[in-house]
Amino acid sequence: MVTRAPRTSKPQNLKNNFKSTSKPYNLKTSKPLKEMNSVFVYCEIEGTTVKEVSLELLTKGRKLANTLGVQLECVCAGANLDGIEKQVMKYGVDKVHVFDAPGLFPYTSNPHTAVLVNLFKEEDPQICLMGATVIGRDLGPRVSSALFSGLTADCTQLEIGDFDMNAGFDADKKPIVKHFENKLYQIRPAFGGNIVATIVNPEHRPQMATVRPGVMKMEVLDENYKGEVIKHDVAKYVPETEYVVKVIDRHVEEAKHNLKGASIVIDGGFGVGSRENFNMLFELAKELHAEVGASRAAVDAGFADHDRQIGQTGVTVHPKLIILAGVSGAIQHIAGMQDSGIIISINSDPNAPINTIADYVINGTVEEVIPKMIKYYKKNSK
Amino acid sequence: MALNIIVLAKQVPDTHNVGPDAMTPEGTINRAALPAVFNPEDLNALEQALRLKEQFPGSTIKVVTMGLPKSAEVVRESLFRGADEGFVITDRCLGGADTLATSYTISQAIRKIGKFDIILGGRQAIDGDAAQVGPQIAEKLGLTQVTYAEEIISLDEKARKIVIKRHIDGGVETVEAPLPLVVTVNGSAAPCRPRNAKRVMKYKNATVPAERPAEQAEAIAAANAAKPYLNITQWGAADIDADLKQVGKAGSPTNVKAVQNIVFKAKESQTLTSSDADVENLMVELLNNKIIG
Repeated sequence: MVTRAPRTSKPQNLKNNFKSTSKPYNLKTSKPLKEMNSVFVYCEIEGTTVKEVSLELLTKGRKLANTLGVQLECVCAGANLDGIEKQVMKYGVDKVHVFDAPGLFPYTSNPHTAVLVNLFKEEDPQICLMGATVIGRDLGPRVSSALFSGLTADCTQLEIGDFDMNAGFDADKKPIVKHFENKLYQIRPAFGGNIVATIVNPEHRPQMATVRPGVMKMEVLDENYKGEVIKHDVAKYVPETEYVVKVIDRHVEEAKHNLKGASIVIDGGFGVGSRENFNMLFELAKELHAEVGASRAAVDAGFADHDRQIGQTGVTVHPKLIILAGVSGAIQHIAGMQDSGIIISINSDPNAPINTIADYVINGTVEEVIPKMIKYYKKNSK
Repeated sequence: MALNIIVLAKQVPDTHNVGPDAMTPEGTINRAALPAVFNPEDLNALEQALRLKEQFPGSTIKVVTMGLPKSAEVVRESLFRGADEGFVITDRCLGGADTLATSYTISQAIRKIGKFDIILGGRQAIDGDAAQVGPQIAEKLGLTQVTYAEEIISLDEKARKIVIKRHIDGGVETVEAPLPLVVTVNGSAAPCRPRNAKRVMKYKNATVPAERPAEQAEAIAAANAAKPYLNITQWGAADIDADLKQVGKAGSPTNVKAVQNIVFKAKESQTLTSSDADVENLMVELLNNKIIG
C-alpha cells in the first residue's frame, strides 16, 4: 500500500498566478495561502549594512521561490534600520519584515530567536535560510529547537525536489512509502568532507538550512523591484525579559582581503615551508592581481593568517585559476577549492593526492617554481 | 562558593586526521582506519570547566555523553583530567538521532541531574560539524547561550553573572550573561591539560554496566561497592523520562535522502618539470588564453 501525504506545499496551479487576488486555500489547514508558505531569508546586519552572505541567500531564495511559485520574504532585525529595504529588495524580495529596536544590535541570541520564532508562528514559512556564520549558527539551532523543525548546517547546494520517505510497514508487512512534493534538498559535505549528504525535512516547517558565505552567487534581480516593507512592533515579538545578554565590548575588523570573490587564487600549503616563503606567494599574487589563501596545515604552522584558510572549515573559493603551492590535498582542503576553473599544482612529491585533480602538475619545489612564474609572467605579459 | 558544572562530551570518529588509508579503493570510508576520539572542542570545554573548579574550590564537574556503551571512554578521559562524575546515556532507541533528538535526550538527562550553574560543551563535533546541539539544549532548558567562547573572563557567583570573551565573524566580543546558561567553547580556546597520573590510577577501571562482560558483572559490582567512584552512571531512555516520540529516529525531523562518496578522479593532467622552459611555456599559455592578464 502506498499512502500519499496531504499536500503541504502550494498547489501547482498557483505557480504562475501567485500575485492574483483570488485566495487559494491550503487543503490541510483551510487557511488562505496567498501570504503563506513563503521562502524566508534571515538577513544578517553589521551596523546598518546587510552582509553579503545574506544577499547571496536572497539570490538563491528568489530562485527557490520561483520554482515553488511562492513569495520571497526576508527578516531584517537590528537598530536604526530606516531604508534598509533599499539594500535587499532589488534581489527580488516581495516582503521585508523590519524589526528596529536599540536592543537588537549588536546581535544576541534570545531577542533574535524571539523575533523569528514568533514571526514564523504567524507566517508559517516553508523554507528559512540563514548564513552559516557565527550568528546563523548561533540562531538557527535555537529557532529550530523552538519550532521543532529540522535544520541542516553548512549546506553547499540547495535544490527543490520530491521525496519518498519510508514510513514503516503496514499490516501485511509491506513497506509504507510517504510521498512528498517540492521539498528542499539540503546538500552538504559530511563526515569530514568525505561524503556529500542530501538531507530532507519533509514533515516539519520551516525547512531550515544554513549556507556558508561565498558558496551561492549574489545577483541583483531588478534595481526597481517593488516589494512591501512591514515595520513590526518589536515589543510584541520580544518580551523585555529576553534581553539577558549584554555585549560589553566588541571589535570587528573589515576583511583585509577578498579571497572568496577572487578570480585568481594562490593557495599555499604546508610545503611552502615558512612565513617568509609565503611572501613569494604574495609577490606572485600582486603581479597576477590574485589573492593568497592557505591550507589548514599552513595556518596551523603559523605560515599564514587564519582568515586566509581555504577548505571545509575556512573559505570556499571558486576562482577561474588556482595555483596550489606545496598543498598535499587533504579532503577538507579540496572541499574548499574543487570548483576552481584551472588547477595548477606545484609539488615536489609527484604522488601528492592534490595532483589527481590538477590540470597542470609541476614537479618542483615552491622556492624554485614561484620565482620563475613571476619572472616569466613579467617577461611575457607586455 | 562552589559551582555545579556540567560538561557535554562526545566520542567521534577522528575525521580530522584522515590518512591515505581512510578511503577504500572504491571511494567509501574505511571506518576501521578512523579511531574513536574525544571530540576536540569538548576538551577545550573541559579545560574551561577545570579552570572554574580551581577558581571556586569545592565545585564539581559532571560529564554527560550520549552514544554506544564504549563512549564511556570520554567520561574516563575526563575523570583522568579532573572531572568528578560521569553519565553515559545509551539505549538502542536513541540510535539514528539527529541534532534535535540528541539535544532533547541530553536535556532530559540534565533535568534529571538537576542542579547546575553552567553547562559547557564544544562548539561542534568533528563528525557532523553542525554546532547545533549546544544551542538546542539551551533552548529546551529555557536558558540563554554563549557560543564560540574563547575564554571565561570572570564569574560572579553572588551576582549570578558570567563574563565571556567570544569569537565573532571578523573579530571578538565580550558579553555578560546570567547564570545558569549554556556555553559552547571554540577550538581556539586554551587546550585541555593532560591526564593526571594519580587520577588515571584511581579511575582507570571505572565503567558503565554495559561495558562489563556478563560473566564478571556481579564480581565487578561487588568490588565496586567499596569504590563507588568506579561506577559510571548509565542511563537509558526510561531513566531520563524521555518521550519516545522525541528520541532517536522518531524524534528527528531530518532525513538523509542520499549519501554520495566523494571520489576524486584523476583529470587528464599535464605534468611539467620545474625547468625554465616548462614554466615559461605555461605562463605564455595562460596569458594567450587570457586566464591571466
